[in-house]
Amino acid sequence: MRREPPKTAADYAPLAFPALMLIVFFVVPFSIMIAVSFFKRDPAGFYKPAFVFDNYARFLSAFFGEVLGFSLMLAVTVAACCIVIAFPFTYLLTRRPRRVQTLWLVGLLSVLSLSEVIIGFAWSTLLSRTAGITNLLVAIGLMDQPVALLPTFGAVLTGMVYQALPYTILVLYPALVRLDPTLTEAARTLGASPVRAFFNVTVPALRNTIVATLIMVFVFALGSYLLPQILGRPRHWTLSVLITDQAIYQSNMPFAAAMAVFLVLISLSLVGLTLLVGRRENAA
Amino acid sequence: MKAILTGNLSRRTVLGAGIAAAGTLAMPAVLRAQDKSLKVGVYGGYFKKSFDSHIFPDFTKATGIAVESVAEPTGEAWLVQLEQAAKAGQAPADLSMMSQTTTLKGQATELWTPLDTSKFKHYGDLLPRFVNKYPDGRVAGIGAVAWWITLVSNTDAFKEAPTSWEAFWEADKKDKLGLLALASNSFLLEVTAKTFFGGTDMLSTDEGLDKAFAKLAEVKPNVRLWYRDEAQFEQALKSGEIPMGQYYHDVTGLAIADGFHVRSTFPKEGGIQDSGNWVLVKTSKKVDEAHAFIDYMSQPSIQGLMSRKVGTQPTLKKDVLDLTPAEFAAVSSDIEPIIPRYDLYTSKADEINQKWTELIVG
Repeated sequence: MRREPPKTAADYAPLAFPALMLIVFFVVPFSIMIAVSFFKRDPAGFYKPAFVFDNYARFLSAFFGEVLGFSLMLAVTVAACCIVIAFPFTYLLTRRPRRVQTLWLVGLLSVLSLSEVIIGFAWSTLLSRTAGITNLLVAIGLMDQPVALLPTFGAVLTGMVYQALPYTILVLYPALVRLDPTLTEAARTLGASPVRAFFNVTVPALRNTIVATLIMVFVFALGSYLLPQILGRPRHWTLSVLITDQAIYQSNMPFAAAMAVFLVLISLSLVGLTLLVGRRENAA
Repeated sequence: MKAILTGNLSRRTVLGAGIAAAGTLAMPAVLRAQDKSLKVGVYGGYFKKSFDSHIFPDFTKATGIAVESVAEPTGEAWLVQLEQAAKAGQAPADLSMMSQTTTLKGQATELWTPLDTSKFKHYGDLLPRFVNKYPDGRVAGIGAVAWWITLVSNTDAFKEAPTSWEAFWEADKKDKLGLLALASNSFLLEVTAKTFFGGTDMLSTDEGLDKAFAKLAEVKPNVRLWYRDEAQFEQALKSGEIPMGQYYHDVTGLAIADGFHVRSTFPKEGGIQDSGNWVLVKTSKKVDEAHAFIDYMSQPSIQGLMSRKVGTQPTLKKDVLDLTPAEFAAVSSDIEPIIPRYDLYTSKADEINQKWTELIVG
C-alpha cells in the first residue's frame, strides 16, 4: 500500500478520536490544574479564582528543593537499578526456549496484578523484625537476633524496584527478541567473549530502547507516593506524598496544583534533555 | 474507622473509597418509601453500616420519617460538594456528619442552617463541647459521634501501663513509637501543650506555638512510624514491631477483645477527644425532619445504644445515661479530655502545616 500525504479534511478524520480523547483526558484536566495553581487559597474555606504567584513562591524554598531533589534522585536510582537488573535478565530470557519464556512472562504479568498497597505491606512484613527475613538468618545461625530492615532508604528502593521491574522487562522484551542473533554471532566469530559481545554489541545496538525504558521507569517511579510512606521515614517521602497531603488533607488545591505543575515541568525537561543528548550522540 | 471522620485515611483513599462512595451514592439505601423523608450523610464504611442496621430503622419506626442514608466521601471533599450544590440550590443530603474543622469552614460561608435548640428535649444534657456555635451564638451543629485517641502500648513489650503522655519523650522509647502523620489528625501539639505547658491556651500565640513545636521536636528520634494509614500502625502494634504510640481507643478495644496483647491508656493529662457534628445544609427544605432526627439521636437511650453497638462516646452528660460503669469505661473516661484546638486548623492552617512538615521531614 502506497502512503499518500493527506489532502482533504476527510483524510484527517481518523485523527479525530485520539485527538478528542487526548483533549478530554489530558489537555482539559492539565489546563484546569495549571489554572488552579494560580488561584488564591482560602485557609478557612477552599479557594477563589484569582491570578497570584503565592503558591509557586511558597514552593521555592530550600525545604521543598530538598524534597524535589530527593524525589528525582530516588526515581533515577530506581530506573538505573531496574535497567541493570532487567536488561541482562531479559537478554538471557530471550535465549531460552519458547515454553520457558512464556512461563516467565506469565509469572511477571501476575506480579503486575498486585496493587501498590499489597506490595508495600508484603515488603513491610518481609523486612520487619518480628516476622521478617532476618528471622531466617537467625534460625540458620548467621545472625544473633532479628532486626528491622525498615524504615530505611534501602527498603523504599527495594519495594519500588520490585514494583517497576515487570514493566521494565515487558518493555525491553520485544526489542531483545527482535535483536538479530547474527550480530552476537559475528562478534563471537571475531573472537569476543560472551560478556564482551554483550557489552560491546548487544547493549550499544539497543541503546535507544534502554534510554526509552529508563525514561519510562523514571516517570513511573516519580509518581510513587505509597511505598515511601510504608517503607521509609519521613525524610524518604517524595514530593508526591507532600502533594497528596496538600490536596487531600489540607484542602490546599492551589498549592498542590503548583507543586504538581512544577514536578511535571521538571520531569519533562529532564526527559527532553535526555532525548536531546541521545539524538546528538546518534547524529555524531 | 475514626480516621474516616477526620478524613485522613490513605489506605481507604487508595483502596478506592471514592469508588465505593460513588457506588453507594448511586444506590441510596431507601429504607421505606414514605411521605416524610430525610437524606442523611454518614461516613461510608463502618459508620454507614452501623447506622443503617442499628439506628435508622428504629428512627423511622418511631417518627414515620423515612431515612435515605448517603455515603459521604472522606475528607473535605463532602464539604466542597455541599458548597457547590448549595450554589445551585441543591442539597445532596439534608443532614451530614461533619468533622469539627470542616464545620468551622462551612460556618465561614454560612452553609449551615442555625438549629432551633428548643426542639431538642435533651439539649440541656449535651456536654458543652458537643454544641458547635457560630461566633454570634447561633448553633451550627450538634454532636453526632465522638471518639478518643489514646496512648496505646503492646503489653509484651511494656509490662507496666504508661500513665502520662510524657512516655513518648522518654529515652528508652527510641525508635519505638507510631504517631499520626499530620498536625490536624494527631493533635500532638495539643498533647505537648497540655502535658508540658499546662494547657492548650498557649497555642494561641506564635511564641507558644514555637515552644510547643520545639518540645515536640524532641520526640522525633523516638518515632519509628508517622502513619496516615490505620492498618499500618495497628498491625505493627499488635505484633510488637512498634510497641507504643497513639491510636483510636475503640479499635484498640476490638483488638483486645480479639486477644491481642495491646492496651489503651487514658493518660493523666487526658485522652484526645475528637468528634463529628450533625449539620443541616442551608438549601435543605427538611428543617423539621432534621430537627426531629437530631432530637431522636440526642436521647440518652439512643446514645447508650450507640456506645454499645457502634463504640462511640456519648455526647450527653454521664448521669443521664443508662450505661453501666463498665460500659461507660469501655467508651470513655472521667479524666478531663484534651480537646483539639480546631480553630488553629482554619486560622493558621498553612503556617502550622508548613512547620509540622518541616519538623517531621526535615
